[in-house]
Amino acid sequence: MNDLSKIKNIIVKNPLKLDCGKEISNFPLAYETYGKLNEKKDNAILVFHALSGDQYASGINPVTNKEGWWNCAIGPGKSLDTDKFFVICANVIGGCMGSYGPSTIDPNTNKSIGTNFPVITINDMVNAQYNLLDFFKIEKLFAVTGGSMGGMQVLQFISNFPNKVQVAVPIACTASHSAQNIALNELGRQAIMADTNWKNGLYGENENNPDKGLAIARMAAHITYLSKVGLQEKFGRKLQEKDKLKFSFDADFQIESYLRHQGSVFVDRFDANSYLYITRAMDYFDLTKQFDGNLSKAFEKSKTKFFVISFTSDWLYPTSENRDIVIALNAIGADVGFVEIESDKGHDSFLLDVPDFLNTLKNYMDSTYSHLNEKRI
Amino acid sequence: MKKEYKIISELIEEKSRTLDVGCGNGDLMKYLFENKTKHIRGLEISKKSVQNCLSKGLPVIEGNAENDLKQFPNHSFDYVILSQTLQAFLNPEKVITELLRIGKKAIVTIPNFGHWKVRLELLIKGTMPVTENLPNEWYNTPNLHMCTIKDFFNFCEKRNIKVFKSFALNKEKISIINRSNLKFKNLISELGIFLIEN
Repeated sequence: MNDLSKIKNIIVKNPLKLDCGKEISNFPLAYETYGKLNEKKDNAILVFHALSGDQYASGINPVTNKEGWWNCAIGPGKSLDTDKFFVICANVIGGCMGSYGPSTIDPNTNKSIGTNFPVITINDMVNAQYNLLDFFKIEKLFAVTGGSMGGMQVLQFISNFPNKVQVAVPIACTASHSAQNIALNELGRQAIMADTNWKNGLYGENENNPDKGLAIARMAAHITYLSKVGLQEKFGRKLQEKDKLKFSFDADFQIESYLRHQGSVFVDRFDANSYLYITRAMDYFDLTKQFDGNLSKAFEKSKTKFFVISFTSDWLYPTSENRDIVIALNAIGADVGFVEIESDKGHDSFLLDVPDFLNTLKNYMDSTYSHLNEKRI
Repeated sequence: MKKEYKIISELIEEKSRTLDVGCGNGDLMKYLFENKTKHIRGLEISKKSVQNCLSKGLPVIEGNAENDLKQFPNHSFDYVILSQTLQAFLNPEKVITELLRIGKKAIVTIPNFGHWKVRLELLIKGTMPVTENLPNEWYNTPNLHMCTIKDFFNFCEKRNIKVFKSFALNKEKISIINRSNLKFKNLISELGIFLIEN
């Protein structure tokens, strides 16, 4: 499993009351930082990761030795320029990269907590991460941002802490998880639970993890992150290292082989129970309902500037759902910008090298920071 | 057309909430941000232009004025600006109604189709006018509903829209338009600027 000794964390001492009613305290929250916090402490950006992400947003993840999930956006001179900004990213609670989650070892039993872990929500995740502001003694963040589930955390964070952020950039997300998205998450969960190694989530005692189920969940989800056009252009009907069909159920097509690969590498770095818990948190996310059907109320106490971004080929969190956030903000006269970026890379666009997206984000961050925090001539 | 920005800026009170509809690359927004009000917002249909504006830190929303103005509440802005865009809409009447719903006041500027050069082109050449301010051919122009200063004046009168102030711009020269000089101004002006209210 993961070499957890390389992971930085804080131990959250304050009790955190979860939405499910339970209370947790003295739990670890793993994080990583990039760049330097300046003296005025006004250059911090809190980045929230998506379903399968972790705190290693940039550089090389020391646990997996792979590139961080947002390496294209975070680093010196990049969109979130670490020569200028101090970027913080934490592993969400429920995750499996050192934060309190179902794979955490219970000291009383010496076994992983498994499904005895409480069901958590996006609200619980951001409340846990808020402790990082105290830890770094940051009075106000310059920005919060993230894509997909990271974007949901952005919305919840502003709602919970309206005066703690200057700029919020939710990307490719929604204020209310759709039936289609719940359905797709349920498909993944059922794949995991159908794996005989899952054993009601208490597989930590066994040699074998529910890898097959988790791999299928990942394969199914991965399709939803891409677009039909993108898949067709990249793979088409190309065959995998062969000239003709083999009349078998081996991976004849490149797309099959690609998906199998995605599934198999995922199980090496991700915990099946974490997948259940985090997808559940996404499904439960309905910020509109939290405010009795009026999303505007979630933001009315805040003076935060918003920049909402969607992508043309994203059918998982389509432009219409991102636009609903913009409409709610306009209804209260909030300071909001919005653009739909042209891309055929589907929902995954926010993680990939999409120059229009990365350049606009960079310029927005740089110019907004100088408008707000640097002395103007 | 920096002169146009200057006139618009002078029509706007300090620190007022202002929306620029069809803000393009945000030049007017930037001018107003630096000179008049920090509460400036934009709506623009072109993705490239929106990205351009956001890159400068200007809060602009990608959208189409004919569909997306409805999301703004009544009188949510002190001023709504429509600079040289009215002629490009499918339904300019509806857009004007929306401007006056969401803004307490609206500032509309129009390239004047009644300018003598435009009239002369059609009269002498017998072809659709192509001038400095209207550089497109009939087959590729984005302008669907060209109008003259006089047309807009008459439109406001018919719809009971109050015209508070109206200016004519000709070669950087500004003058006031009123009922008595309307005929003349309609002949010699390149641009009309109107401050209107319901």
